[in-house]
Amino acid sequence: MRSAISAMETIVNVVVIEDDRQIRRFVQTSLEGDAMRVTAVETGRSGLTMVAASRPDLVIVDLGLPDMDGLDVILRLREWSSVPVIVLSARSTEQEKVAALDAGADDYLTKPFGVAELVARIRAQLRRQNRPAAVESAVVRFGEIVVDLDARRVQRGGAPVHLTPIEYRLLAALARHAGRVITQRQLLQEVWGPSRVDSPHYLRIYMGHLRHKLERDPAQPEHIVTETGVGYRLVGVQ
Amino acid sequence: MDRPDPDELLDRIQRDEDRRQRGKLKIFFGASAGVGKTFAMLQAARRQREDGVDVVVGVVETHGREETLALLDGFDVLPVARVAWRGRTLAGFDLDAALARKPQLVLVDELAHSNPPGSRHLKRWQDVHEVLDAGIDVYTTVNVQHLESLNDVVGQITGIRVRETVPDRVFDFADEVTLVDLPPEELLERMRDGKVYLPQQAERAARNFFRKGNLIALRELALRRTADRVDAQMREYRADQSIERIWHARERLIVCVGPGPESATLVRAAARLAASLRADWLAVYVETPKLQRLPDALRERTLAALKLAAEFGAETVTLPGDDIAATLVAYARMRNVSRFVVGASAGASWWRRAMAASVDARIARAAADVDVTLVNAAAMRAASGRGERLPRFTGPGDDARRSPAVSYGYALALCAAVTVAASALLDRIALANLVMLYLLGAIITAARLGRGPGVLYSFLGVASFDFFFVPPRLSLTVSDTQYLLTFAVMLLTSLTISHLTSSLRRRAHIAVLRERRTGAMFAMTRELGAALATEQIIRTGSRHLSDTFSARTAILLPDSAEKVRQKVEQPDPAITLDAAALDLDIAQWVYDRQKPAGHGTDTLPATAALYLPLKAPMRTRGVLAVLCENMRELAIPEQRRMLDTFASQIALAIERVHYVEIAQDALVNMESERLRNSLLSAISHDLRTPLTAIVGFASLLARQDADVGASSPQSRQLAEAIHDEALRMTGLVTNLLDMARLQGGRVKLNHQWSSLEEVVGAAIAGARRILAGRKTSARVPADLPLVNLDPVLVERVFANLLENAVKYTPAQTPVSIDARLVQDADRRRVRIEVLDHGPGLPPGMESRVFEKFTRGEKESAQPGIGLGLAICRAIVDAHGGRIGAFNRADAAGRVIGACFWFELPADATPVLDLDAADAVGH
Repeated sequence: MRSAISAMETIVNVVVIEDDRQIRRFVQTSLEGDAMRVTAVETGRSGLTMVAASRPDLVIVDLGLPDMDGLDVILRLREWSSVPVIVLSARSTEQEKVAALDAGADDYLTKPFGVAELVARIRAQLRRQNRPAAVESAVVRFGEIVVDLDARRVQRGGAPVHLTPIEYRLLAALARHAGRVITQRQLLQEVWGPSRVDSPHYLRIYMGHLRHKLERDPAQPEHIVTETGVGYRLVGVQ
Repeated sequence: MDRPDPDELLDRIQRDEDRRQRGKLKIFFGASAGVGKTFAMLQAARRQREDGVDVVVGVVETHGREETLALLDGFDVLPVARVAWRGRTLAGFDLDAALARKPQLVLVDELAHSNPPGSRHLKRWQDVHEVLDAGIDVYTTVNVQHLESLNDVVGQITGIRVRETVPDRVFDFADEVTLVDLPPEELLERMRDGKVYLPQQAERAARNFFRKGNLIALRELALRRTADRVDAQMREYRADQSIERIWHARERLIVCVGPGPESATLVRAAARLAASLRADWLAVYVETPKLQRLPDALRERTLAALKLAAEFGAETVTLPGDDIAATLVAYARMRNVSRFVVGASAGASWWRRAMAASVDARIARAAADVDVTLVNAAAMRAASGRGERLPRFTGPGDDARRSPAVSYGYALALCAAVTVAASALLDRIALANLVMLYLLGAIITAARLGRGPGVLYSFLGVASFDFFFVPPRLSLTVSDTQYLLTFAVMLLTSLTISHLTSSLRRRAHIAVLRERRTGAMFAMTRELGAALATEQIIRTGSRHLSDTFSARTAILLPDSAEKVRQKVEQPDPAITLDAAALDLDIAQWVYDRQKPAGHGTDTLPATAALYLPLKAPMRTRGVLAVLCENMRELAIPEQRRMLDTFASQIALAIERVHYVEIAQDALVNMESERLRNSLLSAISHDLRTPLTAIVGFASLLARQDADVGASSPQSRQLAEAIHDEALRMTGLVTNLLDMARLQGGRVKLNHQWSSLEEVVGAAIAGARRILAGRKTSARVPADLPLVNLDPVLVERVFANLLENAVKYTPAQTPVSIDARLVQDADRRRVRIEVLDHGPGLPPGMESRVFEKFTRGEKESAQPGIGLGLAICRAIVDAHGGRIGAFNRADAAGRVIGACFWFELPADATPVLDLDAADAVGH
């Protein structure tokens, strides 16, 4: 993975806004080991100043900050910047995570987390960022599945898979967010439109259909993964 | 657009609601004895029984008739209650046996029957009421002459009054009335054949009763009464269906009752009139000072008339006032009354003539815009027989307001003293002025001693003046005739003074009494208003009740099981009733039924004490038991009303304190909830932050070692061990915090329609590290419906069950999860089983494992504090589900592993809009 990022030949700037010194140090050490330039700050206010000043490629925000709510940091940031934001938060605070994601955060990490998860999340964000929409690959592969977004075709092990229009829209939404979390609300909005954002049962039913068509064991999915209480994530995309 | 009156609608809904819970009352209604009501009732009951209804015969009078006896055959008959009374054994309907047996339908013959003395209720219809309240249907029989409102009329027609009556509302509220009709000719034929039962002693009277003319009249009455009911039902139906377009302004009529014996008749007439007009009605008693002086026996008659009116559904009011007509008219105007019902005064006693003649005339004059209906009550009374006259009460001291005999002595003495003083002054004062001395004495006598002594003094004074001072002295003869004028004026003046002074005094006395009542009420209300605790209210209430009524009282409050109990710690025996004098069963009955019982009421009137429900606006708050030294006092209307007011004030105070306590509890709960939440999040933050750093650094160390090229595989393994242990520690912290949150009581579930397949998948993915490469399988049927649950919490259940399975089974043994739908008679649930292949649970631990800090093995090498399963149970409980565990055995009975299962309710399914789904076949 190190080669993957260094191959881009550009130094990635990351701002970390985290109040705990040890976590800051760990994140900083991990990312610098991955050849990124890290600026770590302690408070939300200085974090916002720093982001404005240094125009980083990615921001990591802890949701529990001493001076202001992490959610507010994201909202303020989103007023003028579309930089990818990853939030750090504790377990059993799923509603906070959803609020942060709906407020504009791009992904989250549940504490405690290891280096591997941290780097994988960042990489997924940067890949999206560095690839302009026009060049975005129209073909997404995961496992034995191939999704051709241009031709609206889905194949499993070479054989065509028949999807209903809603199933296809769902899969396409997941594929566009490959590797990144997408909240229930975002999915409902994208697939069903704004009138259904509060009816998650449609999502459950069609997600089930999709898994039965694309996963080997729908009860233990390898690719279409549920982030309980938050949303879904398509993993294992090559 | 006319619409149904909303109040009426609400009322009807309430009534329907009540009716649904209550049993149904069906009345077999007949014109007279012998028409075959009992027979018809039994036949109807047989049909019910054939339909599989559980029918029990409560009481049926067969009168030895064989065809009736034959019908009884095969029924479950309740044994009759035998009550011993004055050495005789009386039989009656056994209410408690019926309630205990709780059939679907009870047959109770002769609704109008009076119960033997000592029974719970005076009347059988009250028993039936209670049976209906218990949700049991009742079939019963009634004759037309037993209906309260027709009692007079039947009495007039037949010349025979029956004492046993049923209030009309019982008849009107019956769910069904079946008229059992037999033409008079056939009835008479049946009588001739001896098929109609007649009691031996009353045979002659009864023969008189069963004349063809009577029977025709009775039959007409019965038919008309039934038709009225049908008409009322029809109207109600039309109101229900909103067919009726015209909504009349409600008529309201007012009837004025007094102590006269015709009051009851007047009330019945007003009740009939009100019923036929479908009007609200008021029964008013205007209590003038004069009426207040009547003996209690007469006052009780007024009370009885008011009570009768209340039974007919009237609103009863007692108004104080000097002038009956003026008070009545003023009140009537206030209440928008459209019609007066007044007794006509012809043929009344002299004081009625003096009073009432003016009353009805003056009402008619004062309220020209209101109809006045005159009822010739006195004539009806004459026709309706002698039964109503109360025994005259002549006991001494009955009327405390009458002047005692000694007062007359004082009047005599005063007259003598004035005479002595006058003779001393005779030489210096003119004879005419001596009269003034006598008049002064008259004022003093009347003011101090009352009217009677004043009158006595007046006559004595004139006589003394004549005898001792008017020449010729010491003789009653008068020489100068002009003195006759003096005597006349003197007597008249003296009597007038006596009358005015004594009535002034009486009014002052009444004012003092009223003032005292108001004062006592005010004092108690003020103290109750300041009370902060229920005990304080009980103490204050008991003290004031004891002061005002010289009674001992007990205030019983319900406990959590709705059983009333006396709750005073150290009762003051002078003012508090002790447990020995209390009957808790009666108190409970009063509390449950919200009706007074005991002394002076219809229910268990033989009891020493009076039990009143403490009714507050929201609900009944308890029971007040009162035992006076002189219970007759409580029968006096003002006293009783005063007691009721005291009771409602106490009830209000108890309710107020109750709500204050609830508000305080809520506040404390909110505060402690807030404290707990902030504490939990602080702990959660402080514990997790260092763990996050440890996990992060450990993972960093392990990776750096790998990158460096495994210079020292050992240090990498150590770093991985630190990583894993820190993660496990995180798991424990999570569990502790979860438990603390769930322990808080109110678990807030974030319900969402969820797919179990998804939750299971997420849980297995989350537990991958713990499962450490074990084979896991999940079987979730594709057609399992969505379940409304909190997915985050249910995932914790799976995580804990999986962790538990891993902990207690050998490495590499598989773990599987099965889900399926379970359908009961009326409920649908999803059942999830987590199956392992370990040694199973130790015997007897199947349910205990779900308790906190309980682990399968006592001294296990496995770390953990046994919270996981307790958390599972708390979460499943919060979802309204069940959880359990058992050992799985193979065919040979050997344990092959444990099964942990839980079930969640899945009755509802989400509503799906077709336009949000794919078209079929697409």
